Amino acid sequence: MKVLVPVKRVVDYNVKVRVKSDQTDVDLANVKMSMNPFDEIAVEEAVRLKEAGTASEIVVVSIGPEKAQEQIRQALAMGGDRGILVTTDVDAESLGVAKLLKAVCDEEKPDMVIMGKQAIDNDQNQTGQMLAALLDWPQGTFASEVAQNGDKLHVTREIDGGLQTVALNLPAVVTTDLRLNEPRYASLPNIMKAKKKEMAQKTPEDYGVDLTPRLSKLKVTDPPKREAGIKVPDVATLVDKLKNEAGVI
Amino acid sequence: MAILIVADHANTELSDSTAKVVTAAGQIGGDVDILIAGENAAAAADAAAKIVGVRKVLHADDAHYGKGLAEPLTELVLSVASDYDAIVAPASTSGKNFMPRVAAKLDVMQISEITAVEAPDTFQRPIYAGNAIATVKSSDAKKVITVRPTSFAAAADGGSASVEKIGNAAFPSISDFVKEELTVSDRPELQGAKIVISGGRALASTENFEKYIYPVADKLGAAIGASRAAVDAGYMPNDYQVGQTGKVVAPELYIACGISGAIQHLAGMKDSKVIVAINKDEEAPIFSVADYGLVADLFEALPELEKAL
Repeated sequence: MKVLVPVKRVVDYNVKVRVKSDQTDVDLANVKMSMNPFDEIAVEEAVRLKEAGTASEIVVVSIGPEKAQEQIRQALAMGGDRGILVTTDVDAESLGVAKLLKAVCDEEKPDMVIMGKQAIDNDQNQTGQMLAALLDWPQGTFASEVAQNGDKLHVTREIDGGLQTVALNLPAVVTTDLRLNEPRYASLPNIMKAKKKEMAQKTPEDYGVDLTPRLSKLKVTDPPKREAGIKVPDVATLVDKLKNEAGVI
Repeated sequence: MAILIVADHANTELSDSTAKVVTAAGQIGGDVDILIAGENAAAAADAAAKIVGVRKVLHADDAHYGKGLAEPLTELVLSVASDYDAIVAPASTSGKNFMPRVAAKLDVMQISEITAVEAPDTFQRPIYAGNAIATVKSSDAKKVITVRPTSFAAAADGGSASVEKIGNAAFPSISDFVKEELTVSDRPELQGAKIVISGGRALASTENFEKYIYPVADKLGAAIGASRAAVDAGYMPNDYQVGQTGKVVAPELYIACGISGAIQHLAGMKDSKVIVAINKDEEAPIFSVADYGLVADLFEALPELEKAL
């Protein structure tokens, strides 16, 4: 089966972001950017499906600035076959991204789309579900296990009470959770090889999709600060403070 | 203005998050209805009808709704969506699953996991793992919103809304339920618990969670949580994870044991009323948010704590 993996260029997860002093956004100048960690898990899963003989071709797509080709190259070095970069300077919202991805799916006709459950910048957790809705495909969100079972895809999902397994008709959209796999590091020879893999450049206009945001960011502020309290010398003092000072036990 | 809340429930039992989402909906303003879609879920519908501030409860009962699959639930919500100006659900794994599907079908950009209502079209939501708070204004005519329940107080009980049966939506035959492995526990549910005691990688094994964390939890009537590191290492199941990508909790008392305090973990617990940190590394970032810090070896401190309670 053909697998499409959308990846997003985001602030590296180790960076502690800071809010700009004019409160318009967070400051992303000179900050390390990486592939969204959940998307890395999606790429890894696609590559494993290919290694197992389940997937035949892996197409990596990213929507973002010109520099997002770094993230596509990384995915290609991990084992993706070719890339599509849709360049835009708009900070596209989930709905717009889902519409673009739908247009890509209409062209590429994948059997499965696998992508991160959320991007660690906006933390919306929407795009996969929205894409599934626009395509009228079933969705397997927050996956911790993915297996083909006859003509169905079995997806084990991390839910509030534990785990749930669903059987999806193909084509389907899967979004990844943390424990699906541990992504590999691309080897140097594979990084070199990835430079020669095909990468198509497109624009939202090529697909006739309007990315105008529906939400306007009025301001971005620091979260309420929590001050450090006191250190207690021993367990007895701790219990005393919890009983008599905080009154919580 | 009319608002529809799609409630979380386990058919026989309504989730505690519902009353909190009712408060959020009340702040948006308008008539508040609750949709209960389930299988033999009359008890959940009755419980929803008792929440103060609810106009009516829509109850759809069918085997297709029993396991909360997104595809049939979305069709059901869409079948009544034209009656409402806003559709709201808790930002649980269920709400996160079906709500964006509803939003896309309505051509609406969802506003995820709001923590405050500023105006009927303007909301606060955390971004970057809670390291910043964005205030966003929606230009969509209809709003689709998920709510972080811990950010809102629960609406009171004592109402008597009517319950109306609905259910004329299509069942898309594209997905099926296969199985569930749910954690069975006598302890309070993690997100609703007054006290939470969590363990980190330092616990080093499932056995140590049982030996050191469980007895203290039993004494306090506390729910048990875990850091991502402890869950990734397999010491505890996924549904125990507290953090940005796990559960967000805000209990009266949160006790972090052997948890260093990565920002992803802090995002899930820093709204707790009182935070206790027990860690032998006095430089651990968890101490920067703790009201009471105890620098100690948890394998000595926890048995001592259990005895002192």
